[in-house]
Amino acid sequence: MIALENVSKTYGAHIALSPTTLAVAQGRTTVLIGPSGCGKSTLLRMIVGLVRPDAGRVVIGDEALRADNVERLRHRIGYVIQEGGLFPHLSAEDNVALLARFLRREPVWIAERLRVLADLMRIPAALLARFPRDLSGGQRQRVGIMRALMLDPPVLLFDEPLSALDPVTRFELQDELKRIFAGLAKTVVLVTHDMNEAAHFGDVIVMMRDGLLVQQGTLRDLLDRPAAPYVRDFMRAQRVGMPEQHG
Amino acid sequence: MMQLRLLILLLAPALCSAQPALNVGSKRFTESYILGEIITQTVNAAGEARAVHQQGLGNTGIVFAALKSGAIDVYPEYTGTIAFELLQRKSPASLDELKRELAPHGLGVAVPLGFGNTYALAMREERAAALGVRTISDLARHSALKPGISQEFLNRKDGWGALSRAYRLSFAAPRGLDHGLAYEALAAGQIDLIDIYTTDAKIGKYRLRVLADDRHFFPDYEAVLLYRLDLPQRFPQSWAALQKLEGRIPAQRMIELNALVEISGAPFIVAARHFLATPGGLAGAVAEDSRKSFAAVLFGADLGRLTLQHLLLVFSSLAMSVAAGIPLGILAARSPRSGYWIVSAVGMLQTIPSLALLAFLIALLGTIGTAPAILALFFYALLPIVRNTHSGLVDIAAPLRESAQALGLPEAARLRLIELPLAMRSILAGIKTSAVINVGTATIAAFIGAGGYGERIVAGLAVNDNTLLLAGAIPAAALALLIQWAFDVLEHRVLPEGLREKNSGLAQ
Repeated sequence: MIALENVSKTYGAHIALSPTTLAVAQGRTTVLIGPSGCGKSTLLRMIVGLVRPDAGRVVIGDEALRADNVERLRHRIGYVIQEGGLFPHLSAEDNVALLARFLRREPVWIAERLRVLADLMRIPAALLARFPRDLSGGQRQRVGIMRALMLDPPVLLFDEPLSALDPVTRFELQDELKRIFAGLAKTVVLVTHDMNEAAHFGDVIVMMRDGLLVQQGTLRDLLDRPAAPYVRDFMRAQRVGMPEQHG
Repeated sequence: MMQLRLLILLLAPALCSAQPALNVGSKRFTESYILGEIITQTVNAAGEARAVHQQGLGNTGIVFAALKSGAIDVYPEYTGTIAFELLQRKSPASLDELKRELAPHGLGVAVPLGFGNTYALAMREERAAALGVRTISDLARHSALKPGISQEFLNRKDGWGALSRAYRLSFAAPRGLDHGLAYEALAAGQIDLIDIYTTDAKIGKYRLRVLADDRHFFPDYEAVLLYRLDLPQRFPQSWAALQKLEGRIPAQRMIELNALVEISGAPFIVAARHFLATPGGLAGAVAEDSRKSFAAVLFGADLGRLTLQHLLLVFSSLAMSVAAGIPLGILAARSPRSGYWIVSAVGMLQTIPSLALLAFLIALLGTIGTAPAILALFFYALLPIVRNTHSGLVDIAAPLRESAQALGLPEAARLRLIELPLAMRSILAGIKTSAVINVGTATIAAFIGAGGYGERIVAGLAVNDNTLLLAGAIPAAALALLIQWAFDVLEHRVLPEGLREKNSGLAQ
């Protein structure tokens, strides 16, 4: 579904991403994890064309990402960032429907889609009339996800989607998102620095450090067969794999 | 419909009359206003052309540019100014020499009006009589006298120093005084000798003796008509009437007319009418004070016309600045490099002195009045709009900008649907700043005959009439406040609801 082939990125003397190749499994959730500055966000932003690789290429479906097809390909990708990235001058509904209206989808179709997504994300209809500043952090994030799902794209990208939320809200959303991902059979790439979150979501976990891909596998692989001492240290530091935490 | 009526009202004077227009100019001081008005009324009386007085035009450079471009046909000037400033000569010239040198420019000089207006030295009549001083040479015998000399005359190369050498005067270093204060100091006996202009209105009031320039130190600044050479052919009867003004205004007469305006407070139109009605002299008519109350001046018959002109100047230039400034601001926001160059270039425009810009635009457009004034205001109003559009766009948080990109909206749609609305508060603030600044700057439009409240300010400054000056400055200030308030209301309406401040005092 998504393939990154030998992509790299440097900013001046700083190497954000050494040449990296990664195939993202279709219909599953891949989590990119690592400390800040490890290149995980750079990798994610390359998929949606916000960062252009210095070398290598990004393939989505069967098309390589180029300047002349990036906008069309973005319509097949839902992108969600911290706090939802909602536009403050538009109501929640206008945020969600913005792209569909720009693409001149039928109003009836849009209305139906809004209803389905509001149900899915548990957003009461009344909240949709509100502006982002009048929503709670969790509500903003739910609306942001609605916006990403509006055109029913096969791919969803999440950049630290839950890290700004309070623990209770985060816990709720983690559960809901997992249920939604499974139900919709989307290809999901999620960036986080939280190993517990990675363990919760990740069918596949990709650990990165200093612009390099350190290990790729299931949680079990990472726990049982760490590819480097760093992987074990990282897991231990976040107390992952201890039964009393994930019983 | 309303706009149409306003337009007709504005254009009415130009449309009603079938007679061709003869444009008369004048410069920004009392004497020039009066002479311009005398020329205007003389032409109108001849019945051949409709004379329009473009009064109080900027400085010599602007009037001269207006004459060369054909925006005006004739204005009163002084031979010395023509020789030294307009023709850049090093030495004075006779009228015939001036004619010869002006002809290649399509200009002519004629009709010496009968007086010269140059620097002179003056003393109180009684003091001069007691000491027996009649000429500047006589001063050499009285080196104990205390001179009080204006800063300008003190610092001119052909001023006090050169005069002292020419007449071998040996006064102690004189005090530099403001020209206006010198009269009071002389009357109070603190000083004995001052420099004046020979047709100064206050010569009569303070009973001054003007000392004869017996060694002809001061060059002639004879009052003449400077005109376009095609004028006598285009308007032969009007020209014939103007020629009859030759020698009709001796210095004493000009002093009286200046005094009528500056000391008695008569409008210069009245002074000119007086002159043409009583060619012999003013007799007792001058004595009564014809100054009007402030309210009468403020709400004078011209208030409506000046307000419309001012609004026209402010809003047409503002519309152009918005139309050009927002796209320039957008262009500037595209890259730091383009931002640097565009904002710097627009900022440079701001530093051009207004009179220089006006003179340049008059030469460029070949006309004075509304067009160059609006263009100048357009340039001055650009910076706040360009800068605020640029900063409004650049300051949009990166996550929002990227969210719009990641949605897959094309660049033009991102700008229209996301970025411009988010920058709207900053852009509106820029437009508001430009509008308020424009109200003030538009007062300079009066320098080039474009009207507006500046007409009162400029005339008030020129004839030393604070009432008139305030009657122009106060409506301008009120208009600025009104526009500021209107923009605050507008901002509340235009700004997307999600960006408005909550609980603002303007909430309905």
